[in-house]
Amino acid sequence: MDFATSDARTPLGASADNGLKIVVVGGFGVGKTTLVRSVSEIRPLNTEETMTQAGAGVDDIRQVRGKSATTVAFDFGRITLDARNVLYLFGAPGQERFWFLWDRLFSGTLGAVVLVDTRRIDDSWYAIDRLEHHGTPFIVACNDFGGAVRAGEDVREALDLDPQVPLIDCDARSRESGKHTLITLVQHVKNRYADPSARAGLPRQEYV
Amino acid sequence: MSRPGRDDAPDRLYTITQGRSRSGPDTPFDLVTLVVAESDPVTGMQSEHVAILELTRFPTSVVEVAAELRLPVSITKVLLCDLLAAGRVSARHPRRPALTDPDILEQVLVGLRNL
Ligand SMILES: Nc1nc2c(ncn2[C@@H]2O[C@H](COP(=O)(O)OP(=O)(O)OP(=O)(O)O)[C@@H](O)[C@H]2O)c(=O)[nH]1
Ligand SMILES: [Mg+2]
Repeated sequence: MDFATSDARTPLGASADNGLKIVVVGGFGVGKTTLVRSVSEIRPLNTEETMTQAGAGVDDIRQVRGKSATTVAFDFGRITLDARNVLYLFGAPGQERFWFLWDRLFSGTLGAVVLVDTRRIDDSWYAIDRLEHHGTPFIVACNDFGGAVRAGEDVREALDLDPQVPLIDCDARSRESGKHTLITLVQHVKNRYADPSARAGLPRQEYV
Repeated sequence: MSRPGRDDAPDRLYTITQGRSRSGPDTPFDLVTLVVAESDPVTGMQSEHVAILELTRFPTSVVEVAAELRLPVSITKVLLCDLLAAGRVSARHPRRPALTDPDILEQVLVGLRNL
């Protein structure tokens, strides 16, 4: 079997010891991969996870042969933050079956960016609903597809967003804009959770 | 754990994990656990184990290992469990919970601003 890997692999420094996760979710073609690519230090890679309806991850191939197995593909990029911290950015589809895998794959995530195309706003309802259910902090970023004003109050209303959830514009093709989007998310997480008086509704943090 | 009998149909993924099932919370690996090789490959080793030891000369996340080997994450974790149990790799698990750790969040912000 040939496991030749890409020559372009950029290894992490030897002292890297803390992986962190941020997830970008959104409807089809909303710019998830584009955003990951804009800020990643590696070419986005993709992989998949398979699970049964019963909720167990499949690591016995006999289950995959059964009709009850579901496979979800996702892509990811990487940002070296400093000598120890490495941030992984995952682009994941917002469709229903994906959320079966949330706890298994994305528990312990710092937060999520919900990427929205304001011409197809209802594509994001389900993702927002699930994130709220999981207690994952998130922001909403309206991607620039050439329309006029995007991240307005009408969008907040259409998404029924809590007033404290940041709602911003972004251009997934721009590194600066992608960077700003991530900073907005982490600042929001810090404001909301790192303040000891505000630790309500914390997401579950178990390992899976 | 279950061992396949001789009559099991050959299948790539099944063969790789030798039919072992190690699902659930006993798997210590997170997607972003950083794996580091602690030894060089030796002759006779399963090719996937060799590939992992070569990939992880520098710290490499579980999800990168899965992507580079083109294997599902859970199959990759089974292979990593083998190597960890044999002392051939070490695992640097994410510090938890990052979400409520103001120091880590500040480090993330500084790192992002410096991009
Ligand atoms: N005008 C404009 N086009 C964009 C933007 N972001 C992405 N695109 C384009 O939109 C298309 C889809 O972008 P992707 O990044 O592949 O979207 P995705 O969400 O990963 O798509 P799926 O993984 O297929 O669901 C591509 O052709 C992008 O070039 C943006 O900010 N503005
Ligand atoms: Mg994509």
